[in-house]
Amino acid sequence: MDQQAIFLTILGMAGVTYLPRMLPALLFASRPLPPWLRRWLSVVPPAVLGALLAQSVLLRTGALDLSPGNPFLWGALLTGALTWRTRGFFGPVLAGLALVALWRWLF
Amino acid sequence: MPHSHRPEPSAFSQALPVILGYLPVGFAYGVLAVKAGLCLANTGLMSVLVFAGSAQLIGVEMLGAGAPPLSIIVTTLVVNLRHVLFSAALSPYLGTWPKRRVAVMAFELTDETFALHATRFHNQQLSPCKTLAINALTQSAWVAGSLAGALAGGFVPDVRPLGLDFALPAMFAVLLVGQLASRAHVLAAALGAALALTLSQTPAAPYAVIAATVAAATLAMPFTANPASRPPER
Repeated sequence: MDQQAIFLTILGMAGVTYLPRMLPALLFASRPLPPWLRRWLSVVPPAVLGALLAQSVLLRTGALDLSPGNPFLWGALLTGALTWRTRGFFGPVLAGLALVALWRWLF
Repeated sequence: MPHSHRPEPSAFSQALPVILGYLPVGFAYGVLAVKAGLCLANTGLMSVLVFAGSAQLIGVEMLGAGAPPLSIIVTTLVVNLRHVLFSAALSPYLGTWPKRRVAVMAFELTDETFALHATRFHNQQLSPCKTLAINALTQSAWVAGSLAGALAGGFVPDVRPLGLDFALPAMFAVLLVGQLASRAHVLAAALGAALALTLSQTPAAPYAVIAATVAAATLAMPFTANPASRPPER
């Protein structure tokens, strides 16, 4: 495919990415949502974060890695515990990065 | 655990974990895009115009394999349909924003910026300026990483000794802890995690996150407080 065709494909990708991002926010911002939908949406963030965290920590090239040799497991536990204790943001992330780096240096 | 009385950290310090995650992932995308036959301009333009990590990685793979444009665009739509949920979930907080500003904000709504803003808005940290600044900073990092990867070409430094590949998981962990405001939230997170892992081992793996999110939120919804007795906007 030549670069012009690739660019047109990118424009199409941009359109189908932007509309689902933009339309619900615009349509629902001005009118109140029904209560059941509010309740459902309130648990969407923890649900998607649980899914993303579990996949990013426990999936190694598609396969489940629940072993204690998985440094991401310990990093996530440390980061989560520090966030719970300190309510910090970058500190717990940095501690997790340091633990993973140290782990790989040691083992 | 909302902590609404704490002053909000700066946009940069909130965006930093996402930036640290986007730089190496953007770099990887840039390397792969050039290998798939995209020129430097198209590699950068995709990060400017699409700004969706997983969809871009899938897109360049399909371009490299010679897939027809329509199938690439439809795949992008399916992969990015989960943003409907993010956009709708943020909408109750955007009622006072001008429509044009909502449209601008939505352009840079990714998994990571959504997770950030959902937590911020939940804690009544509603500054439009910081919201847009966080978006601009994170996309700048994504574009910069993409261009660096495209320029570096085949040369891929190993980010693993620095633990940088853990930046995004660490950010998910921080944001998830900030979301655990009730038993229903904990249940939604646990179900989301379990279902996503289970589905990742099936042919439905590409839809694992969206399917797990919808199922977990639906199952946890009956355990949420009734908004009539406890409104989300405190």
